[in-house]
Amino acid sequence: MKYSILLNISKTHLLSKKKQTIVAALGVTFGIGAYIIMMSFMTGLNGLLDGLVLNRTPHVRLYNEILPSEKQPIDFDAAYSNDVRVVHSIKPKKSQLKIHNSLALMNYLKKQPEIRGVTPVVRAQAFYVAGSSMLNGSISGINVVEESRLYNLNDYITSGKANNLATNENGILLGKGVADKLALTLGDKIQLRTTAGDNFTLKIVALFQSGMADVDNIQSYVNLKTAQRLVGETNDYITDINIKLYDMSKAPEIGRDMERKYDITATDIQTANAQFETGTSIRNLISYAVSITLLIVAGFGIYNILNMLIYEKMNDIAILKAVGFSGKDVQRIFISQALIIGLIGGVLGLILGYSMSYLISLTPFETEALPTVKTMPVNFQVSFYVIGIIFAMISTFFAGFFPARKAQNIDPVDIIRGQ
Amino acid sequence: MVEKVLEAKNINKYFRVPVDFHVLKNISLEIDKGEFVSIMGKSGCGKSTLLYILSTMDTDFEGDLFLNNRLISGLSQNELASIRNEQIGFVFQFHYLLSEFTVLENVMLPARKLGKKSAEEIEHDAYEKLKLLEIGDQALKLSSRISGGQKQRVAIARSLINSPKIIMGDEPTGNLDSRNATIVFDIFKELAHDQGLSLLVVTHDEDFANKTDRIITMEDGIIIS
Repeated sequence: MKYSILLNISKTHLLSKKKQTIVAALGVTFGIGAYIIMMSFMTGLNGLLDGLVLNRTPHVRLYNEILPSEKQPIDFDAAYSNDVRVVHSIKPKKSQLKIHNSLALMNYLKKQPEIRGVTPVVRAQAFYVAGSSMLNGSISGINVVEESRLYNLNDYITSGKANNLATNENGILLGKGVADKLALTLGDKIQLRTTAGDNFTLKIVALFQSGMADVDNIQSYVNLKTAQRLVGETNDYITDINIKLYDMSKAPEIGRDMERKYDITATDIQTANAQFETGTSIRNLISYAVSITLLIVAGFGIYNILNMLIYEKMNDIAILKAVGFSGKDVQRIFISQALIIGLIGGVLGLILGYSMSYLISLTPFETEALPTVKTMPVNFQVSFYVIGIIFAMISTFFAGFFPARKAQNIDPVDIIRGQ
Repeated sequence: MVEKVLEAKNINKYFRVPVDFHVLKNISLEIDKGEFVSIMGKSGCGKSTLLYILSTMDTDFEGDLFLNNRLISGLSQNELASIRNEQIGFVFQFHYLLSEFTVLENVMLPARKLGKKSAEEIEHDAYEKLKLLEIGDQALKLSSRISGGQKQRVAIARSLINSPKIIMGDEPTGNLDSRNATIVFDIFKELAHDQGLSLLVVTHDEDFANKTDRIITMEDGIIIS
């Protein structure tokens, strides 16, 4: 009952100053709209850029590193333990690239709750043979179904289908760079020569383009079994185990844990790609800083307009107080005006932000890096809209709070006397 | 015994800005139920100041103020606001209507704040008051679109809407021509005598004052008669 009259008064004030109200609301609209556009576009772009590397990088990679032994034979002899020991010309230990007991290890890893997926990889060196010339190549044997699921392999396929590899033991997924150099296309045959000197003929079932020339010029993928055949090993020969986690941030911890448990080298994604996280966080910081600045500017606009309104409404305030409205009531009237402006402006801002983001998402955007991306990347995340409207309400509340407090403290006697 | 509506005891008031100035000196007065009292005095004698103190709007004073034998000086601003809302009606020299609202809405305002009646009842009451003041036909006009005399009557209707114990006026006819002033006076007189309302009016208008039940004359912050 009582609040309805207060709202009624605010509404009448706002409607009687339509222009001012609209200007104030538009301030919020543009602030919120710009915030949403910025965040949607920036995070969309961030996601795209990060995805370029992070999506196809395993969170933890297990492999055997070829390294010299840390402890040389002399270190094991207690007789020399207090002496200074110098060993010259240390050579790496002869060890195998194969991961020991890999199948059992993978089965164990797959059961871990924090692990989303485990994929085996067989790395092999080979040459692509084209007439008399040979191109250096790096062949990875993969489980293509798992690889597509976990590392978005399909996003980088320019022609053909990655899954064809799964059913074809003589198929190859060739880098676009290699294909261009050898003038090969989908369906053609390619000859590989292994380091042992054996020749293999494989059929191109798909072409991929990662956007990184170094990769596209060298890399190609084959079935796990095909790779094992290339290197002449049995089906437990696996050189790398790639692990994808549910929570990327746990990667270093889990990597260290595995190194300790299985006597293996583990590289986590944070170590491998430290620069990407820095870039992402700085871009986010910039977008937040710009958006908040915009909203603060809008807030000052509302503050100004309400301040002016209160000067114009001095008489009304005095009357309201004289007929028995308390200071709190008067304050509520002006705060509710600010909130109404914030709500209308904010909702319009959400609509503006959404429609502009939608327009941006339709804008053509061709990139070498991602053959499947055709338009601008935009992130339509609901949380931006929620944050946007909350921020609109909070900033208008504060913009209205101080003028409203001034109105609350106006002494009606001063106004009535002053006439 | 006659019921006392308003009683002031030893009211002292100082202005501190621009210089210390003792405006009201030991003012004591009583207003009875149904009494029509006018306060007269030269400009600057403190009569308006006294009225604002009696109306509870000005709380910066020394002394005791009773409304219906209840001590109301020293209450919080919120309590005073609700007392003004329910028990005191105001009519000012300048019309003091909310100019963007209709006449009817202006009259309904204090009742809607009080919130004791339904919206329909309030609207009905407001029409009654406007008809009593013979401006029922103006009810739906914007209050900025009616004449000065009409505005003053709207202000009176508004002061009556919550059936207050006392109506206070600060030069309620000061801005009106003699014809409208007479109308306003007649309305006041009627309210006091027929409805038992107390009226306290600050005025310069000697003719007006002479027709009231009692004249309080002030000079330099003292009641002299």
